[in-house]
Amino acid sequence: MNFSFRYTNYFTNLSSPARLLITAGLIFICLSSCTTVKEYQKNKLNDSEMILSNRKIEKTELSFMSYREGASGANAGKSGGGCGCN
Amino acid sequence: MKKITLSILALYIGVLAVFSQTKPSSDSAYRQRKLTFSEANIVSSYYSQDGNNSAITGGIGTEKLTDFSNSFSIKLTRVDKKWRKHSFDAELGIDNYTSASSDRIDLKANSSASYNDTRIYPSLNWTMEDDKKGLTWGAGASASREFDYLSFGSQVNVAKKTKNRMGEYGVKLFTYLDNLKLIYPIELRTGAFIPRGEDYPMAARNTFGSTFSYNQIINAQLQISILTDVILQQGYLGLPFHRVYFTDNSVHVEKLPDSRLKTPISIRASYFAGDHLILRGYYRYYQDDWGMTAHTISLEPVIKTTAFFSVSPFYRFYSQQATKYFAPYQQHTAANTYYTSNFDLSTFTSHFYGAGIRMAPPNGILGWQHLGALELRYGHYSRSNNMQSDIVTLNLTIK
Repeated sequence: MNFSFRYTNYFTNLSSPARLLITAGLIFICLSSCTTVKEYQKNKLNDSEMILSNRKIEKTELSFMSYREGASGANAGKSGGGCGCN
Repeated sequence: MKKITLSILALYIGVLAVFSQTKPSSDSAYRQRKLTFSEANIVSSYYSQDGNNSAITGGIGTEKLTDFSNSFSIKLTRVDKKWRKHSFDAELGIDNYTSASSDRIDLKANSSASYNDTRIYPSLNWTMEDDKKGLTWGAGASASREFDYLSFGSQVNVAKKTKNRMGEYGVKLFTYLDNLKLIYPIELRTGAFIPRGEDYPMAARNTFGSTFSYNQIINAQLQISILTDVILQQGYLGLPFHRVYFTDNSVHVEKLPDSRLKTPISIRASYFAGDHLILRGYYRYYQDDWGMTAHTISLEPVIKTTAFFSVSPFYRFYSQQATKYFAPYQQHTAANTYYTSNFDLSTFTSHFYGAGIRMAPPNGILGWQHLGALELRYGHYSRSNNMQSDIVTLNLTIK
């Protein structure tokens, strides 16, 4: 637990430009290593478990987390509506 | 003679060409335009939580709650004259929940109408995929209704593939226009806040948001998605039945600013690590103008024992820094402009872990051809402030 805290705090304690630079650097490394994939080579990418969004079965989980936690959004799900009162 | 021979040859080739073409029959065109059933999904889940920091009783007291949720969705598709694929999704969800803390709106009641409620939420979505242009358009509308809350949502989205079809940019604009009944704690109902029968005073809460996304195929086994939202909420953003006890033991209704700007950013990756293993990862950084920051990280390895059966254990870690308006029971003073004792807005960490199984045999579940897939998933959630919950979900896919 403390281990995860140390690392999240390390990242949060960095200044905004440093955080942005690290994020942009990681994204650049990822994108620059891209190779062109032909349609017939996409069988693994087209596997139903490879989708880059939430699955239907996760919907209720995301719903209760958006009520029980202060953060929401950036997960292609609902980002408003409903009161979540209890 | 040569001219005649060439003319006959040209005519022959012409006739041959006409008959060798696929007949653009009205029958085939009709088949394309006809709306066809694609799949239907039934998702049922049972959620149960308990804790001891209810916002209704000022940050102390039971948070016991159960929610039985059911939704049914159906997807229809058709291809138009320009070979664009149209998908229509219709969904109806019904939740029935019980909440011990909601029962404490009236502290003297043993049990009241607030103890349970039903939420109904229908939605309709349309998507048009133009594969030739690499373009996708979409629009949708939704509604949600429960006793004290009514919400109408709408959204439009567009996505465009890059020239080499390895990436895709997307933009989504959405809005939720909500109305809530101002149900105050019994002891604080004075003046304009005294309901006349079921006629409670109303307040508005509106959400306007935009999502920007970029998906990229890295190689034949790895793809990533970067997504960011800009969400502005305006109106009554607290809840009228959340109590706050000040240091002098006086009781007040939670008071929060009437505007909140949220700016989360996330990255998601899916990696086919081998013939039997897929790794799904997700990270999100969140911040808003209420002083809250949060990190979310999750990892889900999917172990495919066969092409039709998979097991997926998962783990999610979440850490949030409290909003500047939060303080626990009897910590706020009259000097505070805004105040809440809602522990959902406090500093905490949470762990969510569990496992799911998925079966999708080619001849259907239990030999029933139409029952295409079955998924079952269980998760346990624990928060550092002692709130615990469990959720079990079943998803049946009919094809």
